[in-house]
Amino acid sequence: MTLLKATNIRKQFGGLTAVNDLSFQLAKNEILGLIGPNGAGKTTVFNCLTGLLPMDAGQVHLENNTITGLRPHQICRLGMARTFQIVRPFLNISVLDNAIVGALMWEKKPAIARQLAQEIIDFVGLGPYSNELAESLPLPLRKRLELAKAMATKPKALLLDEVMAGLTPTEVDELIRLIDEVRHQGVGVLLIEHVMRGVMALSDRVIVINNGTEIAQGNPEDIVNEVCVIEAYLGKEYAGAVC
Amino acid sequence: MKRLYVLLAFILLILLVLPMFLEKYTLGIFIMIFYYAYLGQSWNILTGYTGHISLGHALYIGIGAYTSTYLAITFGLTPWVGMIAGGLVAVAVALFKGFLGFRFGLRGVYFVILTIAFAEITRLIVSHIEALGSFSGIFLDFNPSFWNFQFRGNKPYYYISLGMMVASVGVVRVLELSRIGRFMVAIREDEEAAQAVGVNSFKYSMIALSISAFMTALAGTFYANYIFYLHPNSVFGMGLSIELILRPIIGGMGTALGPIVGSFILTPLSEMSRAYFSKGGMEGLHLVLYGVLAIIVVLFMRKGILTYLAAGLNKIIRFKS
Repeated sequence: MTLLKATNIRKQFGGLTAVNDLSFQLAKNEILGLIGPNGAGKTTVFNCLTGLLPMDAGQVHLENNTITGLRPHQICRLGMARTFQIVRPFLNISVLDNAIVGALMWEKKPAIARQLAQEIIDFVGLGPYSNELAESLPLPLRKRLELAKAMATKPKALLLDEVMAGLTPTEVDELIRLIDEVRHQGVGVLLIEHVMRGVMALSDRVIVINNGTEIAQGNPEDIVNEVCVIEAYLGKEYAGAVC
Repeated sequence: MKRLYVLLAFILLILLVLPMFLEKYTLGIFIMIFYYAYLGQSWNILTGYTGHISLGHALYIGIGAYTSTYLAITFGLTPWVGMIAGGLVAVAVALFKGFLGFRFGLRGVYFVILTIAFAEITRLIVSHIEALGSFSGIFLDFNPSFWNFQFRGNKPYYYISLGMMVASVGVVRVLELSRIGRFMVAIREDEEAAQAVGVNSFKYSMIALSISAFMTALAGTFYANYIFYLHPNSVFGMGLSIELILRPIIGGMGTALGPIVGSFILTPLSEMSRAYFSKGGMEGLHLVLYGVLAIIVVLFMRKGILTYLAAGLNKIIRFKS
């Protein structure tokens, strides 16, 4: 069953086309990897999907709702949450309070929202830090807090923007396990990631974009061997060398 | 936490019996402490908790003062009802201002300019309305009675302003624990990130502004019936707008007790130094004192005096177990 469907989305910044007629579908329980070299337009895709940036063309559907042109909080309410690549925790409140904000979106009673937030904080492994200020967390833990904040809104579709960047291999493994568990809870995950270990381990399918345009799509094993993908990442000479 | 409440209850008890031992002048200083603490708290809701900086809060004081006074003079309406009317007018103006500011994405200094502009424009408009006394202002007749919100002696004003201050702390405390309050803080911390977790930042900014404006307007009615004289420059003026934000800044923004602590430090300092420096060519020196204190706090105590005070007290009586 299709959860999230983007049709021909396009975003221009002046003369630069950051996203060019991109279309894809995401199903329940599916993890779709979105990869591409730096500046390919991956984060811009997220910003368009979540309503942070207005799109110039295209349609986005979440389940039976058209979410094109809706404002970010409305899109979140309909069931799509995201993390930010450059983490944006609410710095001056506690880790638990960060998650409570998300939980309060659908649970109006603060006491119950607090319980649910605590469960999610424990789930992402931040339990021992519940009462610390978010400000005191180092980057790897802030990345988890981003995940917790998004999860607290109980999303159907979860957009993860480089949650593994800058983590040690052990921490990456930990996150892979977490994200896989999220998927098994029935969430569809759209994953922007440069850490290939994460992409390979998690993705059911991968879309590669370069200069805002889709250049390849398929299962992860095939994708990494595609000539055009290697070309986009490493340049023409390397594409020849590999094949 | 429990010990903190015991301490606060004890302080409140002292404040309740204090008027029995004080003469009029000292009572007057306490009234000003409570009045500015209340104003600071009202401003704190918008700026300290929600992060929208207002430098034009005198607007709402003026609206509250003029509305209730006008209704009392023209229709004989008791200021007790008039203050609610003033609060509602303030909310109406706040919603218009908020719509312009929040809907069109005015943030930071641009929002500040909007708040200043609204206060200044209103000051000029009121200065030209004959029915509101134009440039010469309004003198209120003194007809002491509870109904008229006017009293002989300072004690009733003392208890009313104390009540307002305590109530304002209560409002903020309830907000802090509520859904609205948590959304307000999320907006202050990072508006886009708040939207990304489902917070309608426009709606909750408007709510915060409305609560803040309503509360501030009530203080305007109090002021009018305590001072008995309204002048556009004094109740709508930039000076008052700045005066009322200094206490929460120095005491601690975004905390329920910061504006109170700030007022207990700054108001007596202001009142006494003003009296002390009132002759011999030293007029205005109390403002220099203010400036120095503000600089010290901004440089060395970013989070306000309250944070350090609480940490210090905590060592003695242990609020937190």
